[in-house]
Amino acid sequence: MQRIGVFVCWCGSNIAGTVDVVKVAEALKSEPGVVHSANYQYMCSQAGQQLIKDAIKEHNLTGIVVCSCSPRMHEATFRKTAAAAGLNPYMVEIANIREQCSWIHKDMQEGTEKAIVLGRTAIAKVNLNAPLKPGESPVTKRALVIGGGIAGIQTALDIADAGFEVDIVEKKPTIGGKMAQLDKTFPTLDCAACILTPKMVDVAQHEKIRIFSYSEVEEVKGFVGNFDVKIRKKARYVKEDVCTGCGLCTEKCPMKKVPNDFNLGMDNKRAIYIPFAQAVPKIATIDADYCNMLKNGKCGVCAKVCTAKAIDYTQKDEFVEEKYGAIVAATGFNPISMDKFDEFAYSQSKDVITSLEFERLMNAAGPTAGKLLRPSDGVHPHKIVFVQCVGSRCASCAEKGKEYCSKICCMYTAKHAMLTRDKYPDTDVTVFYIDVRTPGKQFDEFYRRAAEEYGVHYIKGMVGKVSPEGNKLIVQGSDLIANKQLKIEADLVVLAAAIEPDKSARPLATMLTASMDTNDFFTEAHPKLRPVESPTAGIFLSGACQGPKDIPETVSQAGAAAAKVIGLLAKDKLTGNPCVAQSDELMCNGCSSCEKVCPYGAITYADKEFRGPNRTTLIRRVAQVNEAICQGCGCCTVACPSGAMDLKGFANKQIMAEVDAICK
Amino acid sequence: MKVSYFPGCTLKTKAKVLDEYARKCAEVLGVTLEEIDNWQCCGGVFTTANDEIATKLSSVRALKHANDKGQPLVSVCSACHNVLKQTNNAMQTDDGFNFRVNQYIAPDKYNGETEVIHYLELLRDKIGYEKVKEKVVNSLAGKKIAPYYGCLLLRPGKVMAMDDVENPTIMEDLIRAIGGEPVSYAFRNECCGGYITLESKELAKAKSKRVSDNAKLNGAEVIVTACPLCKYNLEKNGSDLPVVYITELLAEAFGIKE
Amino acid sequence: MENSKNVCDEIVRISKVNPRKCMKCGKCSGTCPAYDEMEYHPHQFVYMVETGDIEPLLKSKSIYRCLSCFACIDRCPRGVEPAKLVEAVRLMVVRQQGNNHLKPDDIPELLDEDLPQQAIVSAFRKYTK
Repeated sequence: MQRIGVFVCWCGSNIAGTVDVVKVAEALKSEPGVVHSANYQYMCSQAGQQLIKDAIKEHNLTGIVVCSCSPRMHEATFRKTAAAAGLNPYMVEIANIREQCSWIHKDMQEGTEKAIVLGRTAIAKVNLNAPLKPGESPVTKRALVIGGGIAGIQTALDIADAGFEVDIVEKKPTIGGKMAQLDKTFPTLDCAACILTPKMVDVAQHEKIRIFSYSEVEEVKGFVGNFDVKIRKKARYVKEDVCTGCGLCTEKCPMKKVPNDFNLGMDNKRAIYIPFAQAVPKIATIDADYCNMLKNGKCGVCAKVCTAKAIDYTQKDEFVEEKYGAIVAATGFNPISMDKFDEFAYSQSKDVITSLEFERLMNAAGPTAGKLLRPSDGVHPHKIVFVQCVGSRCASCAEKGKEYCSKICCMYTAKHAMLTRDKYPDTDVTVFYIDVRTPGKQFDEFYRRAAEEYGVHYIKGMVGKVSPEGNKLIVQGSDLIANKQLKIEADLVVLAAAIEPDKSARPLATMLTASMDTNDFFTEAHPKLRPVESPTAGIFLSGACQGPKDIPETVSQAGAAAAKVIGLLAKDKLTGNPCVAQSDELMCNGCSSCEKVCPYGAITYADKEFRGPNRTTLIRRVAQVNEAICQGCGCCTVACPSGAMDLKGFANKQIMAEVDAICK
Repeated sequence: MKVSYFPGCTLKTKAKVLDEYARKCAEVLGVTLEEIDNWQCCGGVFTTANDEIATKLSSVRALKHANDKGQPLVSVCSACHNVLKQTNNAMQTDDGFNFRVNQYIAPDKYNGETEVIHYLELLRDKIGYEKVKEKVVNSLAGKKIAPYYGCLLLRPGKVMAMDDVENPTIMEDLIRAIGGEPVSYAFRNECCGGYITLESKELAKAKSKRVSDNAKLNGAEVIVTACPLCKYNLEKNGSDLPVVYITELLAEAFGIKE
Repeated sequence: MENSKNVCDEIVRISKVNPRKCMKCGKCSGTCPAYDEMEYHPHQFVYMVETGDIEPLLKSKSIYRCLSCFACIDRCPRGVEPAKLVEAVRLMVVRQQGNNHLKPDDIPELLDEDLPQQAIVSAFRKYTK
């Protein structure tokens, strides 16, 4: 028989306002196993915790129930309190009488009755609790960062600087990501390349960092501290360790009509290419879809001109297997397709472009060498219309737009407008906006400067139709302040397309068993208190794969993710969660139901010998749980038809006892 | 193949060629348009208010008639198609409307089972543009043709579900199949003014002129439409280009135009 | 005022439009082909029904200017469907006894040789009860 202590917290007036805490403490005193019951104003305070510790010793308690806030808030606190008083921390149960009771009831009598029921339920459970001891597992002191944009770069540098090994896997031939495509960066207008490329070089030269470029994660096994990852190094048909990056091949390749994805298809590259001058690694890659040698064996110019003999047309994809203690997802974002928004005539006119395309048009290394020229005829535009929120905040059209605010568009549009006016004072700039959202240090000041100092016309309203007429674009939109419908003759229209997570994020999340929201952004463990961790242990989040972010925010989050990774890798052993599944081998019939539902791959099967009747031996297939992988979700216990699977700390009989206590 | 056919009021009077060539071209392609018995006017426009019942009953009767024969219901006039399709959608998705309509038509029952398709969808989805191409005897040989969708063929997009509302291709693809060259222009899915021509000639004129000018500016030689009211508005309001029905164009390509 | 509220409730009921979904971007009015002919514009219909300011709409000729082209319905990012609201406001007016906007006697002088039947039928459907 347990000796249980009950501690009812007032939480100031949070609980005591709608729950008669004295009455609750009194009522619970007579529950089976309860030998002590008390109430206190703030049980989580030092004095409150001392009260619990004293009671444990004085009454020789074997279990305690704290009636207070959600266990997500203070379960860990009270477990530590109990441990300090010599009680196994898993003998502590929390009855949530705040979030699930006092905060949602208005009537004192109802609130009090419910609080008593909730307390009684927790007591019923503690009566069946047993002390649990968490297991331990070793930690591989190496991190994997998936994605080599500014988020991945910063995370990798910070982890490596702390002395741990880091591998970056980047699917493109170079690291740098979206930031490498940008011209200038808000709000200070430094050139993106000037601040990014030194970091790329730091990554390349860091002795603790390896870059797997043109590579993708193929398979992830294992668990926190002990991940086994298979990486596919895609064939680039160039020997990485031999190529000097001289670029001669990219000049001599006769296949000149390959759309240049780095410039978003606004110009062409060769079939063998280096994405941009400061690429890291600076190695050529052959685009197999366009290379004549690979397609029909007719060419071989690049191999002839390469003095280093780096070209290898026979190269195949290679696989690398490596162990990691932690994995960081930094898969980034892309602008959404404008195909479904053709009221803006994106598919009808080359002079309707997205903001990222505009970045390339303004970039000195872009298709126009930094001169702002119309894509259709190369003429300098004198009237530009920017349209914000194209596909963002779009609740009616999940199949084409996004319900969320893409967050970065207001600022980059202000930047584009300002830079245009600065460089080309003869160009008139109009921005259609729904709201201008500029929370951020020096952000609103930046936007106001665009309007006040640079004379950018901001119009509160939205464009409804763009129609190409001759060499003009007629932009029809509303001006809500003037209460007018405007028809503006523009030379160039720039659409601030919504951003979405990179398409590689969804399959990656499946491999990592990391959760995602409906928009395919990775979910954080807690939106406020654990923003850079996935709920899956050992998986961390960096940059726009978790939600739309600008560069300052991405870099902050990248550092925070690195700090969490360093905290993990600094440990020699990890303490597990003892509330894991266990299989009763005598009851298990080996049906595989549990294995199929396990989201973490924690269940395996083994053939085991059992004693049969008359001294015979039976060999039966039974389920076994890897306690280090199991997250204690309980899916298997529900799926098991024979009742062999049970969850320690949340055993079926404990749950039933709780249900009985509620229904009593 | 036989399909149920709802011609609509205007096709019996001012737009006889639209009707006549629709039937003849379908025959060339091995499809018989079976005009449904005792059809009544669709009303020209769909009333979006969900408490309007009586005005939608004629459409329900036509839909039910096709359902009894187990055939898809085809119409060629954009307005008729729009009203029939929206009514059918309301029968499928609006329980209150469905209940009240079924009380009117009892002991008959109808729950939106009929497949409602436009003549263009018949060509594209049931017959196939490949087959249309095979029957061409007079290729339109690169004639620059501006497809004019107007509003009713495409919108509301979620209900009509014929094509991408902002960037449709169903007419362009047909024009290509019969040898013409489709002209892309932004106003192909903007309104001609519709019935407003009775209320405000100026507004109808402004809208139609904008459409035909936009088509001309983009190099069109002729505008093609499926709607008699679109054709009327465009022609009345000073289109510099000839406006023809899609079925006339088809008949020309098939060599059966008189 | 009480009556305005009833009228607004009825408009919301028969149109099934929830004006609170509007985020006031103005795309409906940016896209409306009849904008210049309207005293009150599509986004104002939504706002005025939401705030109960219905009298000016009931009196306005704007309700007869909507072309029912559904462009505002398809292009609204929030699924508000302003055209359905315009239609419901018009019905509030023309459903009243003697309030038909188009009368059969008006028709002969509007006719011309080529006018398709569907124009007359549609106008009657929109403007009368």
